[in-house]
Amino acid sequence: MEHYFDPKVECASREQITAWQNERLVRQVERVYNNVPYYKKKMDELGVRPEHIHGIEDLHLLPTLSKDDLRDQYPYGLMAAPLSDCVRIHSTSGTTGRRVVAFYTQNDVDLWEECCARALAAAGATKDDVVQVCYGYGLFTGGAGLHGGSHKLGSLTLPMSSGNTDRQLQFMTDLGTTILCCTPSYAAYLSESVNERGLKNRIKLKAGIFGAEAWTEEMRRDIEKGLGIKAYDIYGLTEISGPGVAYECSAQNGMHVNEDHFIVETINPKTGEPVPHGQKGELVFTSITKEAFPLIRYRTKDIGILYDEPCSCGRTHVRMSKPMGRSDDMLIVKGVNVFPSQIETVLMNCGYPANYQIIVTRTGSSDRIEVQVEMTPEMFSDSLSEVAGREKQLVSALKAMLGIYCVVKLVAPKSITRSEGKAKRVIDKRNLYVNSADPASTDPAAN
Amino acid sequence: MTVKQISVFLENRPGALAEFTKILEKSNIDLRALSLAESEDFGIVRVIVDNPFDTIQILKDEGYVCSITKVIAVEIEDKPGALVNMLNILGDNKVNLEYSYAFLAKKANSAFMVFRVADNDKAIRVLTENGIRPICHEDMEQLFK
Ligand SMILES: [Zn+2]
Repeated sequence: MEHYFDPKVECASREQITAWQNERLVRQVERVYNNVPYYKKKMDELGVRPEHIHGIEDLHLLPTLSKDDLRDQYPYGLMAAPLSDCVRIHSTSGTTGRRVVAFYTQNDVDLWEECCARALAAAGATKDDVVQVCYGYGLFTGGAGLHGGSHKLGSLTLPMSSGNTDRQLQFMTDLGTTILCCTPSYAAYLSESVNERGLKNRIKLKAGIFGAEAWTEEMRRDIEKGLGIKAYDIYGLTEISGPGVAYECSAQNGMHVNEDHFIVETINPKTGEPVPHGQKGELVFTSITKEAFPLIRYRTKDIGILYDEPCSCGRTHVRMSKPMGRSDDMLIVKGVNVFPSQIETVLMNCGYPANYQIIVTRTGSSDRIEVQVEMTPEMFSDSLSEVAGREKQLVSALKAMLGIYCVVKLVAPKSITRSEGKAKRVIDKRNLYVNSADPASTDPAAN
Repeated sequence: MTVKQISVFLENRPGALAEFTKILEKSNIDLRALSLAESEDFGIVRVIVDNPFDTIQILKDEGYVCSITKVIAVEIEDKPGALVNMLNILGDNKVNLEYSYAFLAKKANSAFMVFRVADNDKAIRVLTENGIRPICHEDMEQLFK
């Protein structure tokens, strides 16, 4: 039986959702124009005024916002509510530059927690469940979001935070945890630990919500098998609230976006043009109910696909695919969008290590894409036909995923160059960016 | 009654085989046989050495991907039709060859064939039934002493 937190909203008609979005967008645009000088300036530059925005069909008229805008306006520049109305901040890790701080009013926190409660309910959680939250607590939104969602649902909440595996496993077995919330990599680690210690028959887990990291279908299968659960994905960014912007349902086939709070679009990352649903594009979110830190057309740099088709779970909100990569990583080869993460998924599904390098070259006007893959003892054999056969399978799987032919080259272990311990995944030798402002796009050292 | 062959993954680039053989030389490993199989983008070098287990460790330390395979080695009698006869015995008994190669044992002044088959036990059985005795690794070492 499908569980919902708020079925009236989660299963609302398309007309109802659109009506909510129209009304809330118009109000939100008015608020930011009048309260946030930075938005006013950006809109004025484009000659867009709040009265031009009548509903979601006018969304494309509005300027987009990037992470750079957020960094520029650190810390208070994008606030749309008085600081005295704010009750909390959360912050990004700042690993790729200056931190972003997001502010929340009490209403913002409540709505965010409701989004997380919907995600938990979709994973089967009810007030009778025991929810173990081992996302980090603190500035990171993971712990606070799922913790709040579990409270809203009335489940017994175990605020474990991350780490201390012994204690995690002790509480999991002693208190009969049924729902696990953590990063997929930690779930994989817990799964291994449970099996190593022979605790499989002492745990009562039935589902897990795993987000904040990229993970593959193969990882999902491993975790589901290892812990005997269903593993659900969840999506969110600190900038737009935190986890719960979108979440998976029992169909496990895309994440429902909480469209009553967020308008999602897909755009072409290079041109900014809208991309129709069903096709890959950069995910762009507009928060239409946020008070303190509302973002209008925030470009996530995550590439995904939106699906309108009805979902077997009964929810009507649009679904988004798992992010397939970052728009900064996107390559256009033979006119096709290629994301390194797609290649990674294929490699892992075929049993090859996720350590690879993509080399794109051009002769005349024809592109050639070579995927270099490191040989491993598992994939090696004394039989040439066996190794070559596996290689052929990989070529076919890449073709199926990308729609173009890739040359596969098997290379010696550890031969793919790593800088600062991290491999350089893409070498584009086509010099398509010679006039680009970003000299990092080409790598002269690779030639 | 099998010989231990080491198979090593080699990149298909100039110098890869030379680097590999240099390591054997540097480590005083005696090479009894070598055969190379190549595809468009990689190669597999198969060697028979005096001490396979030490060799595998050395190669792994050097970062090579390698494996040990038991193969069948048989002396080819110095008379006309000896090789054909042997291949016929295997073929008639439906023993499929994955690959094969030859090597010479100078001291013994004789030539040997190496066969890689899916079912070693069956191959050994049909060969011995026909009076051909595959050698084991220790036998082979005697040939070079
Ligand atoms: Zn659904």
